[in-house]
Amino acid sequence: MTADAVDRPALRARLESFGTRVRGGDLGPLPVIAGLVVIWGVFQTLNPVFLSSTNLVNLTMQCASIGTIALGIVVVLLLGEIDLSVGSVSGLAAAVLAVGFVQAEWPLVLALLAAVAAGTAVGLVYGLLYTRFGLPSFVITLAGLLGVLGAQLWVLGETGSINLPFDSWIVQFAQQMFLPPLVAYALVVASVLAYGWSLRRRAVRRAAANLDSQSLWEIVARSGILLVLLLGATWYLNLSRGVGVMFVFFVALVVVMHLLLSRTRWGRAVYAVGGSVEAARRAGIRVERIYLSVFALCATLAAVGGVLAAARLAAANQSSGTGDTNLNAIAAAVIGGVSLFGGRGTAFAALLGVIVIQSISSGLTLLNLDSSVRFVVTGVVLVLAVIVDSLSRRTRAAAGRG
Amino acid sequence: MTIASPHRTGRHRERVLTMHGVGKRFGAVRALTDVDFWVDEGEVVALIGDNGAGKSTLVKVLAGVHAPDAGTIEFEGEAVEISSPADAQDLGIATVFQDLALCDNLDVVANLWLGRELTTDGALDEVGMEQRTWTLLRELAAKIPSVRTPVAALSGGQRQTVAIARSLIGQPRVVILDEPTAALGVAQTAEVLNLIERLRERGHGVVLISHNMADVLAVADRIVVLRLGRNNGEFTAAEVTSETLIAAITGAMDMSRHSSVLPPAMESAESAANEANEGVEASDGAPSTDTPIIPLSTRRRRPGGRP
Repeated sequence: MTADAVDRPALRARLESFGTRVRGGDLGPLPVIAGLVVIWGVFQTLNPVFLSSTNLVNLTMQCASIGTIALGIVVVLLLGEIDLSVGSVSGLAAAVLAVGFVQAEWPLVLALLAAVAAGTAVGLVYGLLYTRFGLPSFVITLAGLLGVLGAQLWVLGETGSINLPFDSWIVQFAQQMFLPPLVAYALVVASVLAYGWSLRRRAVRRAAANLDSQSLWEIVARSGILLVLLLGATWYLNLSRGVGVMFVFFVALVVVMHLLLSRTRWGRAVYAVGGSVEAARRAGIRVERIYLSVFALCATLAAVGGVLAAARLAAANQSSGTGDTNLNAIAAAVIGGVSLFGGRGTAFAALLGVIVIQSISSGLTLLNLDSSVRFVVTGVVLVLAVIVDSLSRRTRAAAGRG
Repeated sequence: MTIASPHRTGRHRERVLTMHGVGKRFGAVRALTDVDFWVDEGEVVALIGDNGAGKSTLVKVLAGVHAPDAGTIEFEGEAVEISSPADAQDLGIATVFQDLALCDNLDVVANLWLGRELTTDGALDEVGMEQRTWTLLRELAAKIPSVRTPVAALSGGQRQTVAIARSLIGQPRVVILDEPTAALGVAQTAEVLNLIERLRERGHGVVLISHNMADVLAVADRIVVLRLGRNNGEFTAAEVTSETLIAAITGAMDMSRHSSVLPPAMESAESAANEANEGVEASDGAPSTDTPIIPLSTRRRRPGGRP
């Protein structure tokens, strides 16, 4: 039992279990990281500007809004459901923000709250339709895609396009706010310290409970590697404008979502429902509430993403949230490694996936290829990601890991 | 009516659960008629019978899935009503259904504590849960390689072990196992039978539903046979052969209302038939022993419900 695992050198045991997991088809973030390296390598050889500090800063800023939307998609996919209307919801939020703030002259905070609340309301309606009438989420949100787009056009009225004032803090936040270098480094160090401290605390508690635990060396090594990577990235971004506050906001959302999913009863219930609804129901989980909360959360995050997009563009118009927003967000979640079949994936999939999507977009733009090529390439990458998901699922089944 | 006199083996054990004259109808079909059933603590009672004999219905009545139409249920000496699965769980009746209802994507610890997770300051107490999982699995002498592997990676016997261990989290008095060995190989079956003995040692009353005579004879203390929704004999496992059991199951021998203390061969078929005719159904005008009682339970499955 535990004794076997402790007797062997802990690190070797851990590497072995990692190897077994990978062979068993539990690839984690490996395929997406490998894909990212390939994509960056190809674009860098085709155009040396690609990995320049300036371009990477732009890349991080482009990631925030789609990434936030993708974060909501991750949670819905964990349940084994889908939300096809996130683009429209983000457009509606942008419209509410612009109309409320500029035309109705509400205070900015009120306009922001109204925009986000509009998203939450849409999500609650989806959740009610799903739990009360048992409609498939695919149909509900496909109808939502059209209905919410209609609402967006209605809110915008005849104006069609509304510019957000350039000096408002939300636009500044999305366009101009970068962490001063020292603050950025301090933030990195503080985050890594918090990470290392939480690992250490867990290891101490597990050791006290006589369970196998990470050694101090392993924790130091993990934290050290993370620190070097993050400091390196921060330094490189600081060569240009630096680390955008909006990007930090997005990463913070991802981390909070990760903690919610992995450390709370709600998160455990989400994975359980995604794995087997019937088992979750019999275990006493109130499945309806989980569905309701997840649909509401996804639409809320879509609205937040829409607000970020509007702020970055400093405008809301009839095409906000249309076009490829929907599919980019869904593709990001899937490419990031969230299973379409439910119950597998982490919040970090949104971060990794959106970086892949935006890298492709940015790289092809730099090559002066038009959007036709971009759509095709994104489509191909999406199919590859789903193939990886399917294959790893099949390998898991073959290795008896379901 | 009187219950057949309880026979006991070994030391005195407290009666945990008693059912008197329980009946259940589904429309025109009598799934259960006048069934008596009881479980003592630290006792393994096997419930056997052919398909449609009412085993599943009886278990569902105990698990709170179906409410009985007639009869009384006593739990620890007090009359109780079990109208929902939550009632059953609150009383201390845990049921492991045949499909186990595990989440394949979650690990052993997560499955064991699902819906009842321990928390400290709102966050999951993984250390506490893992520690107690190990304690429980050791008590059960269960062979689980690691509690952090997803349940999908476990063998059928191990999955059964996890499902049974999960039912013990709430400290139930009675554990009902529905066909726990149905899909298992020889070694895995032995593993699960060992586990059932552990449950008995821990003082749980165990209700074992099985089609497998060898398993039943190997592990049960007492065997209750149902046929066409009625009691059709009750035997002490140590004193009965599988031929006798099969005769009772198929109706070659009508044992209704007869205590197993008497050797089965001494039961007179005539008196059994007379007794059966004195039953509730005499008013129907048809001899009850000939009335086909085929529960519709297979057709009444709720969507997504267990088979």
